[in-house]
Amino acid sequence: MNLRFFYYFGHYLLFMKSMIARPEKTRIFFKRLSDEMYKIGIGSLPIIAITSLFIGAVTTVQTAYQLVSGLISKSVIGTIVSDSTMLELGPTISCLVLSGKVGAHIASEIGNMRISEQIDALDVMGINAPGYLALPKIIAGMLMIPLLNIVAITLSIYGGYAAGELSGILTHEEFISGARSTFKGFTVFFSTVKAFTFAFIITSVSSYQGYYTTGGALGVGESSTRAVVYSSVLVLFFDYILAEILL
Amino acid sequence: MIEIKGVNKLFEDRQVLFDINATFLSGKNNLIIGASGGGKSVMMKCMVGLEHPDTGTIAFDGRDILALEDQDLRDVRREIGMLFQGTALFDSLTVEQNIAFPLEMFSKMSTAEIRDRVNFCLKRVNLENINNKFPSEISGGMKKRVGIARAIALDIKYLFCDEPNSGLDPITSRLIDELIDEITKEYGITNVINSHDMKTVFDIGDHIIFLYKGKKWWEGNRADLKHAQKEIKELDEFIKASYFE
Repeated sequence: MNLRFFYYFGHYLLFMKSMIARPEKTRIFFKRLSDEMYKIGIGSLPIIAITSLFIGAVTTVQTAYQLVSGLISKSVIGTIVSDSTMLELGPTISCLVLSGKVGAHIASEIGNMRISEQIDALDVMGINAPGYLALPKIIAGMLMIPLLNIVAITLSIYGGYAAGELSGILTHEEFISGARSTFKGFTVFFSTVKAFTFAFIITSVSSYQGYYTTGGALGVGESSTRAVVYSSVLVLFFDYILAEILL
Repeated sequence: MIEIKGVNKLFEDRQVLFDINATFLSGKNNLIIGASGGGKSVMMKCMVGLEHPDTGTIAFDGRDILALEDQDLRDVRREIGMLFQGTALFDSLTVEQNIAFPLEMFSKMSTAEIRDRVNFCLKRVNLENINNKFPSEISGGMKKRVGIARAIALDIKYLFCDEPNSGLDPITSRLIDELIDEITKEYGITNVINSHDMKTVFDIGDHIIFLYKGKKWWEGNRADLKHAQKEIKELDEFIKASYFE
């Protein structure tokens, strides 16, 4: 089992190396990059917005439920919601959702190209298929997912604020003062580093899984499933590693 | 001309090609025939570089592609066009974008020149006014023609056709055969066709190689085929079985 891990890890590294070995035409590369940025960034905006708003709202309600002592100021709810959103819920939950949405899409798109010989066609033409197919997706993910993370954090905090205000748990002033009281710029930096790392994991693992799809339609389904499972597990693993290193 | 010498190919411990030596002539339809599992597809994949043989040489007009540096290999590949069994058209691109693809990647043509070339290639394969359709919106025969148009978009020297008639009705199959034959003769291309359709063999096969269980069993021209059929049991069985199909 351990040897199999090293085999696949080595294979994955070779796949990554093959991507940067031969750059394609710059104009075509940037066209593909902008297409992928649109697909990953704009295409994922609705699901990220919905997820974030509700996570913020639920965090506010559940934190209030646990704060039964009258000695603790209600503004603490604002502190907990904003800090936990920036440190964990924004980047990690968003990227777990994106590993399902973006990861499955990348793996199935490339996997379908594999089984329908479209990747063979690129190879025969002398085009560096990993560089043409995967590299724009990885770079687009690394540019757009940190931006989606900022959107997720903003909407999550707004969701928490709105839930607090609408349910009468705490006032607008209490929420804002709590959120501001412990704010540190480093938290945003840490969150961005996480989103950047997770973006690389999701897009590269999914591209690799799609590129080495075997079999027919069933193989595409299996690649997509593996892409989502492996990238989700790796997101959680690196979530812990980054927390250990940076905090 | 393409010459292959001493090509052996193994998949793990299973040998699929045994010491293949063959010559594919310029301006001719060179057919590789044989039953499924006989090594035709592996041989073609070795020739276009999708598989790497374990031993041997594959020389495109004297250039052994197995010994070339990356850049030289890419130069050779740009002289190769391939019609895949399933056409392998890019399903996210329109017909026009599919044909323009190799031109955009490798030529320095302007947008207008590319459009002209695309229209010329489409007209050459007897298709017009489908530029903006996606592959999913056209028939199997049209996809094959678009595949041929994409293959000839660049000025190629070598054309590889993997089962060009598979999945087509008999009439469309003959039209595709005629088209491939015309293009081969017109441009003097070295054309390699992988097929088990004996009608194709007798209609357009100029030079024929019969593979049997991974070995080259017979090589010759169309005129010799009937004679060879009487002498070689395996070839006779294959041809007769093809007619029953």
